[in-house]
Amino acid sequence: MTAQTGQRPSPASAPARERLRRGSSLPYLLIAPAVLALAAVLGYALVRNVAISFQEFGRRELISRTTRWAGPDNYLRVLEDQRFWSATARTFAFMAVNVVLIMVLGTLIGLLLGRVRKAVRLVLSLALVAAWAMPVVATVTVFRWLFDTQFGVANWAMRTVGLSGYDQHNWFGSGLSTLTVVTVLVVWASVPFVALNLYAALTTVGPEIYEAARVDGASAVRIFVSVVGPMMKPFFLITTFLEVIWVFKAFVQVYAMNGGGPNRESETLPVMAYIEGMGQNQYGTAAAISVLTLLILLVAMSFWFRLILRQEKEGQP
Amino acid sequence: MSTTDRADGTGLPDPGRTPPAPPPAVSAGPAAARPGAWGRRTARRAGPRRRPLWPEALALLLAAVFVFPVYWMFATSFKSNSQVLTRDPVLWFTPTFEHYATATGVELFWVYVRNSVTVTLGAVLLALLVALAASFALARLDFRGRRGMVLVVMAAQMAPWEILIIVMYLNARDLRMLNSLLTLTVVYFVMALPFTVWMLRGFIAAVPRELEESAMIDGCGRGGAFFRVIFPLLAPGLMATSLFGFIMAWNEYAMVLVLNKAPQAATLPLWLTRFQTNFGNDWGATMAASSMFTVPVLLVFLILQRRVTGGMAAGAVKG
Repeated sequence: MTAQTGQRPSPASAPARERLRRGSSLPYLLIAPAVLALAAVLGYALVRNVAISFQEFGRRELISRTTRWAGPDNYLRVLEDQRFWSATARTFAFMAVNVVLIMVLGTLIGLLLGRVRKAVRLVLSLALVAAWAMPVVATVTVFRWLFDTQFGVANWAMRTVGLSGYDQHNWFGSGLSTLTVVTVLVVWASVPFVALNLYAALTTVGPEIYEAARVDGASAVRIFVSVVGPMMKPFFLITTFLEVIWVFKAFVQVYAMNGGGPNRESETLPVMAYIEGMGQNQYGTAAAISVLTLLILLVAMSFWFRLILRQEKEGQP
Repeated sequence: MSTTDRADGTGLPDPGRTPPAPPPAVSAGPAAARPGAWGRRTARRAGPRRRPLWPEALALLLAAVFVFPVYWMFATSFKSNSQVLTRDPVLWFTPTFEHYATATGVELFWVYVRNSVTVTLGAVLLALLVALAASFALARLDFRGRRGMVLVVMAAQMAPWEILIIVMYLNARDLRMLNSLLTLTVVYFVMALPFTVWMLRGFIAAVPRELEESAMIDGCGRGGAFFRVIFPLLAPGLMATSLFGFIMAWNEYAMVLVLNKAPQAATLPLWLTRFQTNFGNDWGATMAASSMFTVPVLLVFLILQRRVTGGMAAGAVKG
């Protein structure tokens, strides 16, 4: 693709491009359906979400289809709500624990993939792809079964290891325990992405570099910290931010696992927005929570965006 | 002008990686098969020292850990009830298909299947059609606002749909379009659109411009050059892209949860989560339902690995 740099356009294509540059409508006709679809569904939803967050919008307004503006009332109510702040803290803690586990385990397994013999690598890769391929909803169902109170394998494993109190242990009895199970699920499902991509990226690095480092007497840890780490820095940064965004907005895993319960104790921000809206019919409050969540997400996204743009620029020769 | 041309060429590391559900990087395939480039070779050259066995053992242990939930789902679905509901898990069993009969015998099961297939196919085809036009413009044509459009597509890839479900519900309700397969199809189409555009743009940009130009010298119009030259070369790209779209739409849960609550309009993910509630402790049937829901996705993953990467490699050799 870069072959044409500095090359003059060939005579045959010149008229076509000339015509286009003089304000042909062809490009706009081609992108119009995509732009319209995005604007009508995504754009409108984003705008209306902000609008509703400034409206008094409950069951009454839903039925009478009227609009009552409320100014910043929803935001004030949300920001005074203790539940919102504990959900926020919970979401950040959940996100931090998950992302750290995903990145550390994913990196270690990615490095391991490069060290083992071919047959073993194939077996591990297949297992990782199987975990990766599982649909989220099916995964949640399977994890509910694994952690079942009466017949779950998790309780059996705990008993076998010799821990007491796991005879009929209810893993979904508290918010913390529920989120622990969700964490196991999210980490299990996300590690393959990091591990396989890191391994694929590492294979593009020639073996000469490792040999050189080894000849200089560097240990495996030293090679990773001083050679591989810096080379893979863009990969690690981009992947970390992706995982931050994904885990922060994770809805299905948390909601389908236990509906945010018990007693709304495992609610993260996206789940809280859903429950306030669909459960309590407080659509204005729900919209305010979702706008605040979006603002937090935007911070992570802008970092990710900058990294991607910078990488795309550097990727050009 | 050459700068804009080049900006098209190399995409991001993984174009399709955005939505949480579609597991994107095709690299999983080649990664699994590629011979080890480091570690092993270097270790051998460094000396005749025997390599320790623990990494191999650890890798096999990890493989068991990662595959276990998938295995347990399938295993449970084939066990008889007396082997499922036990205090200590049963490892050896003779397979039975009774749970599959229970799961498929549920009222409206085939309606859910039809709904899921309709919505998924509709959304993917619509996305391919619309994205093909847009990505051609982004990859090949020079116009004002092109860079802006690229940024919009990139940003839309990261759209947090899960957080917008309430307002999507209100919008659909205002239009009196709740519990409609059309609504769900349109929403999934828009959800799949950004990464479809993004991936196709990369694939189109990878087709050498000279091919198109020589077709135009031979008398093809712009449209003719596209359909006769670029389009056939895009087949593997279209395949890969549509499979990611398929995975996204097939797995989607949050939207259908608010938009299509009515049983007649629900899709398989919603059915699966309700199934468990309705069937209580019938874990055998629940796992049979999960397995049936998972198998198409596993098959798609297999196709993605073999066929698509194979097609692209073949193209590279020929080119």
